[in-house]
Amino acid sequence: MDTDYVVEMRGISKFFPGIIANNQIDFQLRKGEIHALLGENGAGKSTLMSILFGSLRPDGGEIYIKGKKEQITSPNKAHDLGIGMVHQHFQLIDNFTVMENIMLGKEMTKGPFLDAQQARDRVIEISKFYGLNVDPGAKIEDITVGMQQRVEILKVLYRDADIIILDEPTAVLTPQEIEELMQILQNFAAEGKSVILITHKLKEIMQVADRVTILRQGQLIDTLEVADASEDRLAALMVGREVSFVVDKTPAQPEDMVLEVKDLWVKNARGLDAVKGLSLNLRAGEILGLAGVDGNGQAELLDAIAGLIKIDSGQILLKGQDVSHSTVRERREKGLSYIPADRQKFGQVANFTLADNYILKNYYEEPFCRHGFLQRDPIHQQAERLCGEFDVRSGRGIYSQAGQLSGGNQQKAIIAREFSLKPDLLLASQPTRGLDVGAIEYIHKRLVSLRDQGKAILLLSFELDEIMGLSDRIAVMYDGQITGFVDPREVSEEDLGLLMAGIKQKGAI
Amino acid sequence: MDLFISMFVLALIYSTPIIIASLGALFSERSGVVNIAIEGIMTIGGFVAATVIVFTQDSLGNFSPWLSVLLAGVAGTVFSLIHAVISIDLQGDQTISGTALNMLAPALGIYLCQIIFNQQRTEIFRRGFVKVSVPGLSEIPVLGDLLFKQIYPTFYLAVFLVIFSYVLLWKTPFGLRLRAAGEHPSAVDSLGISVRKLRYTGVLISGFLGGLAGGIMVLTQSTQFTATSIHGMGFIAIAALIFGRWNPWGVLGAGFFFGFSQIFGIYSRDIPLLANIPKEVFQALPYALTVIALLFFSGKDAAPKSVGIPYKAGQ
Repeated sequence: MDTDYVVEMRGISKFFPGIIANNQIDFQLRKGEIHALLGENGAGKSTLMSILFGSLRPDGGEIYIKGKKEQITSPNKAHDLGIGMVHQHFQLIDNFTVMENIMLGKEMTKGPFLDAQQARDRVIEISKFYGLNVDPGAKIEDITVGMQQRVEILKVLYRDADIIILDEPTAVLTPQEIEELMQILQNFAAEGKSVILITHKLKEIMQVADRVTILRQGQLIDTLEVADASEDRLAALMVGREVSFVVDKTPAQPEDMVLEVKDLWVKNARGLDAVKGLSLNLRAGEILGLAGVDGNGQAELLDAIAGLIKIDSGQILLKGQDVSHSTVRERREKGLSYIPADRQKFGQVANFTLADNYILKNYYEEPFCRHGFLQRDPIHQQAERLCGEFDVRSGRGIYSQAGQLSGGNQQKAIIAREFSLKPDLLLASQPTRGLDVGAIEYIHKRLVSLRDQGKAILLLSFELDEIMGLSDRIAVMYDGQITGFVDPREVSEEDLGLLMAGIKQKGAI
Repeated sequence: MDLFISMFVLALIYSTPIIIASLGALFSERSGVVNIAIEGIMTIGGFVAATVIVFTQDSLGNFSPWLSVLLAGVAGTVFSLIHAVISIDLQGDQTISGTALNMLAPALGIYLCQIIFNQQRTEIFRRGFVKVSVPGLSEIPVLGDLLFKQIYPTFYLAVFLVIFSYVLLWKTPFGLRLRAAGEHPSAVDSLGISVRKLRYTGVLISGFLGGLAGGIMVLTQSTQFTATSIHGMGFIAIAALIFGRWNPWGVLGAGFFFGFSQIFGIYSRDIPLLANIPKEVFQALPYALTVIALLFFSGKDAAPKSVGIPYKAGQ
């Protein structure tokens, strides 16, 4: 057997009721390599890594760690074997310090007491060595998401792991943070640590990975040298067909004014001005992209238009009617739909069935409700129709709990609901966040087709590619104001970046 | 001045069980389990202490009250085990479980009194704890009179337990883990530490301290155990925990505050300004102050984030 492999998984199978999550999968990790594990949501990546990390037991197959056959029965066992995992959902205690979070469970002590000084020195030592640069005394609640991720990485390093699994590590990071993370991963590989990167972002794989293993629907598709692969090829292998990265659309045919925002002022949750005298117009049949770095008032702007937060002053007109102080329901009845950024928190009720989630906004209307009673048959017929039309896949069909679906299917279900309301104006906040290319392509097509039916879409996204590809016009937001409206066919990514950073004003381009 | 000193010393005596019981609740809540059963646990502790002292006061002398409160602590631990099983293993509602134990405890106490003493209360014991003066320290002007003269030794036990709890919870690995279990149990779990064991430990410590507090209360403030011996001090201990912002030092201060509020009922006759106000007003004072304190200080921000939420491993 080849002892170059620090991890070798042979013929791993895992079955869940009704699903083959992993079918006879082989996976090898070389010492000092960055190995990407690529697949759509639900392809079995997380299952395979949970087996390696000891949180799931395989139904078949063998695992060799550094040449030795092992039974990984718990995460503790994985720790002992030098395997560490950086979870997608951080496991950090908000009101503890960075250092406390790192040493929890493997505390440094002097006699019976915690040795804060020694732990602090150790954290600083590791963080310097790998260029992680965190303040050990800071509280988690006071540091950025990017920093929090570094704390998670430090937890793994502090435990002397030399096999590091990162689960979708870039989903929550800004472009600069992603850049820094990639550098850190390369430092690991240079130090002889082996990294498994679970992802569906092709760009990142091309940038840092040495090899890539592709899974699709629980099957091993292939393991490739990244140098021999291209983004198109990887995408095709992952999805099982050719994927188009270019959004196919014809020039917009703007018609009547749908949304007018006039001199709008809105405060954020902390009581500070977030939107500062902003005005914009949106016509039927066009997509207005809202570009900007996170935290410049975009979220507050959308929430204010949707009626979720109160405005301080200014006006919001929907199809010419003043809705500045209308309730959420009144706005919906006038034709406003909203895809919120946080699908778990605001988009759905996680432990309601899909069928019930579909009627969350219009449960009180005919035909879903008659004489004060919900009507089962129309509700279920609509659910079946929407699941079919939007290709929402789930274990138990329309009776599945929404929270049990994969992220992509949850998002499709939310989009299906909002489309079913036949909106004149759709607010879409990061509609493809955390989704794989197949789902992204699908959602983009849907948005364009809605536009082509003569509807207006206000799209908020932090993915420049998405903004550039989908929008007919782009509004760049900086510090609560719009620094410029640009045409995506004419503006360069660089100029857009400068507008987003507030360095340039529109006139200067 | 003499009046103030005697009020102060009595306040310390009344604060003692509140502080100890509140520390008990602190351990439970910091581990993530709400424990309003403290009232019931104190009741059990009061019953056991009063019973043990009745049977041992002749043979053991001054050691008898200590043995009594120690066994009260053990009984509280056993009683709290019910709450631990329901809250941790069965993932039951912690408030309901605590309420059930609070209703069960006095009933159980009366039932056992009936069996042991043929009446609904224990026999009267000759005396509980004996007041002491600390040699040397009690000679210090004012301070000696306030803190070291004619006071029950259990007060010093309470102060010691405050310091001990602080060190244990904030300066040791066990404390770090226990607090982590109350904040973010799945993070604790992901590091291979058993949340279940930590929470059991938290609840059982609260049972021991609650039982101890109940025993001390009866042996310093009564002459026998009755169904109403604890009369809401367990709930006031929980109020002190909230008022003290889930912190041992805060608990010490809040415990003294509530202890002081109780003795106005006793001293109102001696204070000219207050003598005309009906005594009942002062008897209601501790409870009214509890409500008022909670109104102003019940900010949830200091509470452990996951307190009251059952944790299921692997989710």
